[in-house]
Amino acid sequence: MRRTKWFAAATVAAFVGAAGVAQAGDTFDSVMERGTVRCGVNTGLAGFSIADDQGNWTGLDVDYCRAVAAAVVGDSDKVEFVPLSAQQRFTALQSGEVDVLSRNTTWTLTRDVSLGIHFAGINFYDGQGFMVPADLGVDSAKQLDGAEVCVQTGTTTELNLADYFRAQNMSFKPVVFEGFEESLSAFFAGRCQVYTTDKSGLAAIKSVDAPNPDDYKILPETISKEPLGPSVRRGDDAWFAIAKWVLIALVQAEESGITSDNIDDMKANSDNPMVKRVLGASGDMGEKLGLDPEWAYRAIKQMGNYGEMYDRNVGMESPLGLDRGLNAQWTDGGLMYAPPIR
Amino acid sequence: MAEQVARKAGDSAAPPRREAGAFLRDPRVRAVLYQILVLGGVILLVAYLVSNTMDNLEERSIRTGFGFLSNEAGFYIGETTFVAYEASDSYGQAFVVGLLNTLRVALLGIVLSTIIGAIVGIARLSSNWLIAKLASVYVEVMRNIPLLLQLFFWYGAISFLLPSVRDAITVIPGVFLSKSGLQYAVPVSHPIHPWMGLAFLAAIAACVVYYKWAKRHQAETGREPNLLLPSLGMLIGLPALVWLAGGAPTQMDVPELATFRYVGGTSVTPEFLALLLGLTFYTAGFIAEIVRSGIVAVAWGQTEAASAIGLSRTLVLRLVLLPQALRIIVPPTTSQYLNLTKNSSLAVAIGYPDLVSVGNTTLNQTGQAIECISIMMACYLTISLSISFFMNWYNKHIALVER
Ligand SMILES: N[C@@H](CCC(=O)N[C@@H](CS)C(=O)NCC(=O)O)C(=O)O
Repeated sequence: MRRTKWFAAATVAAFVGAAGVAQAGDTFDSVMERGTVRCGVNTGLAGFSIADDQGNWTGLDVDYCRAVAAAVVGDSDKVEFVPLSAQQRFTALQSGEVDVLSRNTTWTLTRDVSLGIHFAGINFYDGQGFMVPADLGVDSAKQLDGAEVCVQTGTTTELNLADYFRAQNMSFKPVVFEGFEESLSAFFAGRCQVYTTDKSGLAAIKSVDAPNPDDYKILPETISKEPLGPSVRRGDDAWFAIAKWVLIALVQAEESGITSDNIDDMKANSDNPMVKRVLGASGDMGEKLGLDPEWAYRAIKQMGNYGEMYDRNVGMESPLGLDRGLNAQWTDGGLMYAPPIR
Repeated sequence: MAEQVARKAGDSAAPPRREAGAFLRDPRVRAVLYQILVLGGVILLVAYLVSNTMDNLEERSIRTGFGFLSNEAGFYIGETTFVAYEASDSYGQAFVVGLLNTLRVALLGIVLSTIIGAIVGIARLSSNWLIAKLASVYVEVMRNIPLLLQLFFWYGAISFLLPSVRDAITVIPGVFLSKSGLQYAVPVSHPIHPWMGLAFLAAIAACVVYYKWAKRHQAETGREPNLLLPSLGMLIGLPALVWLAGGAPTQMDVPELATFRYVGGTSVTPEFLALLLGLTFYTAGFIAEIVRSGIVAVAWGQTEAASAIGLSRTLVLRLVLLPQALRIIVPPTTSQYLNLTKNSSLAVAIGYPDLVSVGNTTLNQTGQAIECISIMMACYLTISLSISFFMNWYNKHIALVER
């Protein structure tokens, strides 16, 4: 064991060696010093993180980064977005290139335990599905025996795909691409009969990337659980706590009925102890996180609560048009459930 | 006695006692000293990087070690060379599949680009204006467009121009061309096939022997025996005989259209084809230039002298120019072969499952970047060294023999 370890270590100089500079506990300090949060996002997935032609980033994952920046630095614009492919994302986080990874990333045991990262929570409950050309004559994933499937490498998608076909005792032929763009254009060109990824991703691809949305359809089956959420580097518990509780505050705000519109009114007039604690009118929640009392106030004021973010980016107000489903508040039968802020 | 000799030698050669300064000024001493210093520095730096990395990996509890290689990979690989592979096989097996896929495209690419490069290189020197110009246009285009773009071009061309599977073109019965690649019939596997392979190898050996004999015969009698026909006869005839002896099995595995694609037979995927075409045509552009410059570098007098004794143009090329040019051509061509092999790692861009593609997937699923990268580096290093080794051997073999 020791010997293999040394051999592994000896080949290191090329890349991780230089990454050793980041020390535990200093993410917050370096963010404050820099004045911006570096956030790893998707290279371009409508609804989650996509840049327009002026370079303005929008999306659910992007809004979370902005909320962190609002809570920590004070301004939701103080974010440096670093677009990352599926393949690059974990290395970028490990090596300290980004402070937060907010890029439709599934929380799995392997990633959580052996990649040197911590998941800060779940901002979208998703599942994997299949998309096919509408004229293929296929209505169910069970009919896909023998198909060619375009898929992007470095994803849970690739593994679920193998699992599903094995479990169904069907065969398939994967065509695996490293780049998202390449995988899509191969599918649209007809190289594969099937494209597979998270269903939210399929909705985005169908409504935004497809030459003509009506030519494609998403099959009803959901073949996996994909809890997507932001993550941070291991070894910095203070920063981990901030990343976690900003997300919780956004969810709690929705449950408590705090919106970007009514927030000042609520802050001044609400008698609800939870609302007062969240908005910093009472208690010392901010201090416990190493932040000021208005951390959550700023995040909600500038970005809106979780529900507002959802509606704006992936919900009914967006081209994706996804209903809340599992992502509704627990009080509405969904899974969004904020641990108590107290 | 010994002391006396020493003093005597000392008296005549160097002053008996040196001061430290003079010792340090001795160039030989200094050369050694600097090397020791540099080596020490490098060792310290490496030790620092290693321990730093180990600490960091440990602190973030990132897994290390090569134990993961025997774990189940869990992902499929789109195409394999020679070996079968399932998602339930291990990461180690996945790496082998990737490596074989790399070797397949690299070896074929090397052979094809050598042939095309040689033809184009000779064509550039042609006295036919059109041929010479076409060849130089080819060279300029290939060498000046980045390989990645060429790969996208070929891949795009294949996936846009070809019809979808359901409307596949039937090239000849049993051979179908579509967006899913080239699917063709192959003989159903039969126990006689390995023996036919052996027969083919035996035929190659026989050809070599025959060739040696022909040389000797020519040297003794001055008459050159026919080379082509007997060799072809052996290469085709021997396996054919074995096939006949095996009962002449003719059953074919013909591809048939299933719901989504052709099944049965064997296929060449668009990914492989695009990569092979891209690598071959790109590298051939460079090899063409090497061939041309190699030929031009042979003194003009050689051509004149050869023509003066009445050799035809082809014979001048074959007997006089090429053997001499080869000595100039081989070393730079070796580095083109190495480039081609390394460039094959651009496969990931167009979805061909080569070593890097499989390695990256493994890296991403296991998170063991250092291990995966070192495996990939070790593989490429081994391939490159083998190519160099072989080409150096070949270079020695054809080097000028002083008589
Ligand atoms: N949730 C899955 C898949 C995430 C993923 O990377 N999906 C692809 C397809 S929608 C993507 O976002 N690609 C964009 C890119 O790589 O730039 C995971 O965490 O592995």
